[in-house]
Amino acid sequence: MSAAAATDPAGRPAMIALEDVHKAFGPKRVLNGLDLTIGRGESVVVIGGSGTGKSVMMKNVLGLLEPDRGRIMVDGRETTHLHGNERVQLMQRFGMLFQGAALFDSLPVWQNVAFGLIQGRHLDRPAAKAIALDKLGAVGLGAEVGELFPSELSGGMQKRVALARAIATEPEIIFFDEPTTGLDPIMGDVINDLIVKCVRELGATALSITHDMASARKIADRIAMIHEGRIIWAGPVDQVDDSGNPFVDQFINGRAEGPIRMQVRSL
Amino acid sequence: MNPLRRIGRAALAFLNGTGHFVLFMARAVSHCVRPPFYPRQVIRQLIDIGYYSLPVVGLTTLFTGMVLALQSYSSFADVGAETAIATIVVLAVTRELAPVLAGLMVAGRIGASMAAEIGTMRVTEQIDALTTLSTNPFKYLVVPRIVAGTLMLPCLVLVGDIIGIFGGFLIGVYKLGFNPGTFIASSWDALETIGVISGLVKAAAFGFTIAIMGCYHGYQSRGGAQGVGAATTNAVVSASILILVLNYVITELFFSR
Repeated sequence: MSAAAATDPAGRPAMIALEDVHKAFGPKRVLNGLDLTIGRGESVVVIGGSGTGKSVMMKNVLGLLEPDRGRIMVDGRETTHLHGNERVQLMQRFGMLFQGAALFDSLPVWQNVAFGLIQGRHLDRPAAKAIALDKLGAVGLGAEVGELFPSELSGGMQKRVALARAIATEPEIIFFDEPTTGLDPIMGDVINDLIVKCVRELGATALSITHDMASARKIADRIAMIHEGRIIWAGPVDQVDDSGNPFVDQFINGRAEGPIRMQVRSL
Repeated sequence: MNPLRRIGRAALAFLNGTGHFVLFMARAVSHCVRPPFYPRQVIRQLIDIGYYSLPVVGLTTLFTGMVLALQSYSSFADVGAETAIATIVVLAVTRELAPVLAGLMVAGRIGASMAAEIGTMRVTEQIDALTTLSTNPFKYLVVPRIVAGTLMLPCLVLVGDIIGIFGGFLIGVYKLGFNPGTFIASSWDALETIGVISGLVKAAAFGFTIAIMGCYHGYQSRGGAQGVGAATTNAVVSASILILVLNYVITELFFSR
């Protein structure tokens, strides 16, 4: 991908750009020359089946994994191999909602939400608690929930606490890893609405990965489809039904027959 | 498979594992001296490792001191039993038994819980979440445990020394009918600085070993509940074996002439 493609119309660099990213685990090649650009304030949803490299892509941007080849740019600066304090500094611009919520079970809910404020931003605890309770309110949870421990919450509430934690530091970039997986359809929609509301209020750049099309349609400005470790189609959300791409058609219609073959042995 | 190839593969896996561990340890130690520090986490670990291990260490050393007195009485029942038994109890407890037994008990109690806690955090992505919240997991999770382990084990062993000798005193006075004054005087005479110091140095080394093994195996755990279970077992077994090996090495350093 040329450098020119990674800038917006105003000539500013894209918020996130992945260029020819490769990642393999032993003989298994997961990312295979992946290119993806996310503009400032844009919400991109990457769809794709299980095991196609969605999570690995996200972890490479966050620095939890390091690509074997290729470049990752955040706001025009290369971050592919950042470590130590530079990585810690960069992470202050990010928020992340994990698939399994990943709340710290040794801390009460409010301390989970305030964690980035206390440890990352060095706010004093009363101020951080006030913000945490405010953010819990923003995701529809009362102050009394703040004193509970994560194990005392239902799955949907845990996801909402995790969302509150992801937005607590008001980051510029927010990642959502399968935000609706494991929730009932109504709670899934509540989470979708909250994501849209929070991202819009913060004016944040968002990258989500999901295989829930209802969620993708609601959250996304633009949808990209990943297959075998590379992006095979990307376009505005309203074009996803007329993509003309047989892989995308098969995926969004949930058909077993099509160009994507699942590895299923006959019984 | 070709047996040579099998041996080669095992040797490579061993070297790979050793290299991984040494890098982990070097990283952990280097983070111990570089800010930011997390004093709340250190205090939590100090209490967990030190205070809550007191009953286990106290009971272990108490009965060890008691059994030492009882056993040695059967061998030295004739002349000078009082002095001999006091000397044996004091030397054995301060030099060897208090540090080793306290180390092994704490390895079971603390090493296992560290590996299980950090391992669960690893498989539920809580460690990744720390990174995304601008917190270095080494500084937040590993350093407080290593610092607390290295500081608290000597304290526990010091208490264990006192309780162990007290155990010997109880048996000597109330079961074997020795004169309490003589027994205490003999114990005091047998007490030597080098013995106590070597025991405390051992304890610090064991505390470090227990914490680093618990953290390392927890940090490396993969694959859900089974992975965490394996990490717990590996942490306790490797820490226990290393304690026994280190005990020999440190004894050799202090007492070989």
